[in-house]
Amino acid sequence: MNLDTVVARPNAQARPVDPTPPKISIRDLDFFYGKFHALKKINLDVAERRVTAFIGPSGCGKSTLLRTMNRMYSLYPGQRATGQIMFNGRNLLDSGIDLNMLRAKVGMVFQKPTPFPMSIYDNIAFGVRLYESLSARQMDERVEWALTKAAMWGESKDKLKQSGMALSGGQQQRLCIARAIAVKPEVLLLDEPTSALDPISTAKIEELIFDLKNDYTIAIVTHNMQQAARVSEYTAYMYLGELIEFGATDEIFLRPRRKETEDYITGRFG
Amino acid sequence: MSAQYSRRLLANRFNLAMSLVTMAFGLTFLLWILFTLFQAGFQALSFNLFRQMTPPPGSQGGLANAIWGSVVMATTGTLIGTPIGIFAGIYLAEYGARGWLAPVTRFINDILLSAPSIVIGLFVYEIYVFRVGHFSAWAGSFALALIVIPVVVRTTENMLRLVPDSLREAAIALGTPQWKVIVMVTLRSVRAGVITGILLAVARISGETAPLLFTALNNQFWTSNLDAPMANLPVVIFQFAMSPYKDWQELAWAGALLITLAVLLLNILARTMFRQATTK
Repeated sequence: MNLDTVVARPNAQARPVDPTPPKISIRDLDFFYGKFHALKKINLDVAERRVTAFIGPSGCGKSTLLRTMNRMYSLYPGQRATGQIMFNGRNLLDSGIDLNMLRAKVGMVFQKPTPFPMSIYDNIAFGVRLYESLSARQMDERVEWALTKAAMWGESKDKLKQSGMALSGGQQQRLCIARAIAVKPEVLLLDEPTSALDPISTAKIEELIFDLKNDYTIAIVTHNMQQAARVSEYTAYMYLGELIEFGATDEIFLRPRRKETEDYITGRFG
Repeated sequence: MSAQYSRRLLANRFNLAMSLVTMAFGLTFLLWILFTLFQAGFQALSFNLFRQMTPPPGSQGGLANAIWGSVVMATTGTLIGTPIGIFAGIYLAEYGARGWLAPVTRFINDILLSAPSIVIGLFVYEIYVFRVGHFSAWAGSFALALIVIPVVVRTTENMLRLVPDSLREAAIALGTPQWKVIVMVTLRSVRAGVITGILLAVARISGETAPLLFTALNNQFWTSNLDAPMANLPVVIFQFAMSPYKDWQELAWAGALLITLAVLLLNILARTMFRQATTK
């Protein structure tokens, strides 16, 4: 019997009281960097309007998994994925998928803050202008809305015309989150969004994630296990390209089923 | 003090002394050139340089037509060469990841970058001047454009390669089409570097003589007709400096000083722009 898949698929017992429908369903996903087999038969559901955290030691494939969900890997020749990732009724690994439309619906925030070389206002408006034609007033409202959501309207409302590059690291990262939500995606992928930030900025972003899950489906990769425990409803533990255990965060942290998970969480390994 | 330590101290002093000597050696010649240039050119500087045309031997004159011609052809050459160079640089850095075209283009561009400028002059003479039947400022501008292109290609590509992939990915993650990523984000983030490259290319072509000798030739009079021969500083300097006439030689010195000052100014401009952009 293949224990991996049994444990990896969240069954009724592993789920908390409100079983939520999956927003993204991953089935038998394999991923290759050239010949290197980086993800092995991954099966998992990302629940709608919940936070799903991916933890595991460096090189375990958690960022790779995240980058399959918006096809970011397609930029690079030699990287390929096989299997199924169902999103809104379509397999997004299909070659016919419009990648720009997909990425407008599945937003991403990266480890390092990446403000564009333009004003704070234009950083937010940039993505919106790609897919919507708003009046000047509507755009002002959208920028304010996004910055408010990202908890930085107060500190940036008087300097919207200033360059986004001049902000502090924590502010830049919240600007990037504001930029990602301004286009109103359905899913938000966060790839170690706080690893380059100080504890205060980290706390702000965690609060932000907590608020955002009312409207968005969030998948977050983190090296910080306390962070996973604080912000997520579901947690996936990965190791060497395999999904070792997946379930409700409380279950994973309090009663892990697999020895490897327990060792990692308690810090005896990794 | 241990023997080992004093040996290191000695080695350190020796190396420092050697680098100071070699630096002084290089700088001496550079300063010598500048000094001679100023000494000989400064006394020939006058307002008449900018007002009067290049004279026949033995009479009063200036360099107005040559200065004008140099500005016109350097500008035209830059305007032709820059867009081609930028687009080619974008291709090499952003689109040419796979396939054979980019490596081949890069290789040819490197050859062009170090091609002797006289070869470029002869080439334009052969394919343009010879067929049209007369020298012209157009031919001169084309020759200069051929020198601008490889410089701009190289700087544009190098600058775009400095853009971290994370910035590119961040723009793509919003669903941005590739050309918009390039125009709005990557190229924009290195625009100061690209402009620096263009300024350096301008500095380079403002002193080129060989390409113009075979293409624009010279003209004793003021002209703005690009289809006719046009005066320009390098060729005038070449001609006047080789002449036996004292007043022509003085004009040549003045012209040389003007070009050097212009190139110096362009380099300073390029450096300050680049510094401002990198410290921002």
